[in-house]
Amino acid sequence: MTAYLFKRLGLSMAVVLAVVVVLFSLLHMIPGDPATIALGPRATPEAIARYAAKMHLDQPVWKQLVIYVGNAVTGDLGVDVFSERPVTTMILERLGFSMSLVFAGMGWAAVLGIPLGCLAAVKPNTWLDWITGVISVATIAVPSFLVSIWALLIFAVGLRWLPAIGAGEPGDLGDQFLHLIMPAFAVGLGWVGYLARMVRASMLEVMGEPYIRSARAFGLKPNKVIFGYALRVAILPTITLIGMGFGGLISATVFAEIIFARPGIGKLIFDSVMARNFPVVQGAVLVATALYILVVLISDILIAMLDPRVRDSL
Amino acid sequence: MRESAARERREKLKLFLTNWQGVFGLILVLLFFASAIFAPWIAPYDPNAIDIPARLSKPSAIHLAGTDQLGRDTFSRILYGGRVALKIAAIGVSVSLVVGLLLGMIAGFGPRWLDNLLLLVFDTVRAFPTVILALATVALTGPSLAVVLAIVIVTSIPSYARIARTAALSLRNTDFIMAERSLGAGLGRILWHHVTPNVMGPLLILGAMDVPVIVTVEAGLSFLGLGVLPPTASWGTILNEGYLVIRDTPWMVIAGGIPLILTTLGFTFLGEALRDVFDPRMGRGR
Repeated sequence: MTAYLFKRLGLSMAVVLAVVVVLFSLLHMIPGDPATIALGPRATPEAIARYAAKMHLDQPVWKQLVIYVGNAVTGDLGVDVFSERPVTTMILERLGFSMSLVFAGMGWAAVLGIPLGCLAAVKPNTWLDWITGVISVATIAVPSFLVSIWALLIFAVGLRWLPAIGAGEPGDLGDQFLHLIMPAFAVGLGWVGYLARMVRASMLEVMGEPYIRSARAFGLKPNKVIFGYALRVAILPTITLIGMGFGGLISATVFAEIIFARPGIGKLIFDSVMARNFPVVQGAVLVATALYILVVLISDILIAMLDPRVRDSL
Repeated sequence: MRESAARERREKLKLFLTNWQGVFGLILVLLFFASAIFAPWIAPYDPNAIDIPARLSKPSAIHLAGTDQLGRDTFSRILYGGRVALKIAAIGVSVSLVVGLLLGMIAGFGPRWLDNLLLLVFDTVRAFPTVILALATVALTGPSLAVVLAIVIVTSIPSYARIARTAALSLRNTDFIMAERSLGAGLGRILWHHVTPNVMGPLLILGAMDVPVIVTVEAGLSFLGLGVLPPTASWGTILNEGYLVIRDTPWMVIAGGIPLILTTLGFTFLGEALRDVFDPRMGRGR
C-alpha cells in the first residue's frame, strides 16, 4: 500500500508540474510581448518597462518559470495587474463559494442517484427501473449550462421562487442557502442519471456473484446483503467515475457561477480573462487544476484501500 | 466464408433495427445532418436579416421560433447554427480520431519510456477541465472558431489514444502478429493492416459518443462569448443573446436549447446502440 501511495503521489506531482509548465508556456507561445498584451496597445513604454521588471519579464524564460514555481510553492501567486491585490488572497476569498457549490451539486446527485441505481438493480424490469432509465437518459442529454439557463428561466424569471443572481448576504446562512439551490441543482442534475446508471450496471453484475448467493443462503437480511455486501464492491467503478468526472463537474461549476453571477473561482477566471488580467487567470487556473488532481488522487487511493487488486496495477 | 460474413452483417443490421433507441438516434442524427447541410434551402429567412419592428416576437406562423432582439428569425438562425456545430463536430472527431489512433499505436508498440511519457501527457491534458483550458487559451489568443476547434481536438485525443493503446498492447503479443513478424512484416504493415482494423470499430463508436460533447463545448464556449462571434449564428450565441433578454422573452433560450438536446440525444442513442450491437464487451459494467 505504501509503495502504491508513493507512486501515485509522485505521478500527481508530475502532472501538477506539467500543468504549471503548460500554463507558463501558453503565455510565452503566443506572438507578441506579454507586457504589451497585458497592458494593451496604448500603454506607454515606461509602463511596459515597469510591468516587465515587476513580472521578471526581463529574465530568461526558464528563470521566470523557476521564480514562478518557487513563489507558487510558498503560496505566492503574484498580484492582480489592476488592483495589485495578492492573487492568493483573491482565490481564497472565492474558494468557499466554489467548494460549497461543487459539494452541494455532487452531494444531492449522490444521495439521489446511488440509491436509485441500487433499487433499479434489485428490482430490474419494474416501473422503478424504467423510471430510472428515463431519468438517466433525460438528464444526461441536457448540457449543464442549459440546465442553469432553463432553471433561471423557470424558477427565477417565471415563478419568482428563487433569487437569480449572487451568493446571498454574507452572514445570512438562510439567504446563502436559497442562492445555492439553483446552481447546485444545475451542477448535479446530469450526475443523478449518470450515477444511477453506473451503480445499476455494476450492482447487476455483483448481484450475480456466488458470494452474494452465499450471503443470502446464510439467511442474512436482504438490506444487509444489498447495502453491506453488494454495494461495497459495486461502488468502486462509481468512485472512479466521480474522480474522473470531476473535471466535467468543475466545467459545470464555471458555467453555473457565470450564469448565476456567483462569486466563485470560475467567475473569477472568466472575469479575469475578459479583463486580460493574466496573473489572476494563471493563479486561479492553477488552483482549480490542482484541486481537480487532488480529487482524482483521493479517489484512486480510496479505491486502492477498498480493492487490493488495484494496488499492483500501477 | 464470404457468405457467412454477409449473413453476420445482415444479422447485426437486424439487431440494430430492432433497437428502438438506435433507430430513434439514427433519425435524429440524420435530421441534424440534413438540417445543417440544407440550411440555405430550408431557412425561411436570411439568418442575419434585421427586422426591428418585429423584434422579440413569439413563435408564430410567420416566425416559427420567434425573433431575437434585432428581429432576426430564430428558426433560420438555428438552422445556420447547426452548420457551425456540424463543422466543428466533423473536423474535431476526424482529426482527433486519426491523431489519437497514431499516438495510441505508438504508445502501445513503442518503447516503455515513450509509453509512460505519452500516458503522462494524456493525463495532463485530461487534468484540465475543458472550460478552464478554453478560458486560459482564449485569454491569450482571443475568441475564434479555430481556437474552439483546437481545444476540442486537444481534449478529445487522449480518449481515442487510450483505446488505441489498450488494443495495440493486447494485440502486440498475439499469435497472428508474431506470425506476421516472423514472416518479416515491417512495423508499418502490422500497424496499418492488423492493428488499425481491429481498433477502428471501438474508435468510431467513441466518435459517435464524442459528437455531443464537442457540440456542447462549442455551444458553451460561444455562449460565454469565447467561441463563435456575433453576428454569426451558433446555438451558443443564440443562447447568449437569449440569456441577455431572458426577462423580456423566454422563447430564445427555449428555442436555442432544443436543437442542442436533440443532437445530444440522437448521438448518444446511436452510439450506445452501435456499441451494444458491434462491441458488447465495451461498456458492460464500466
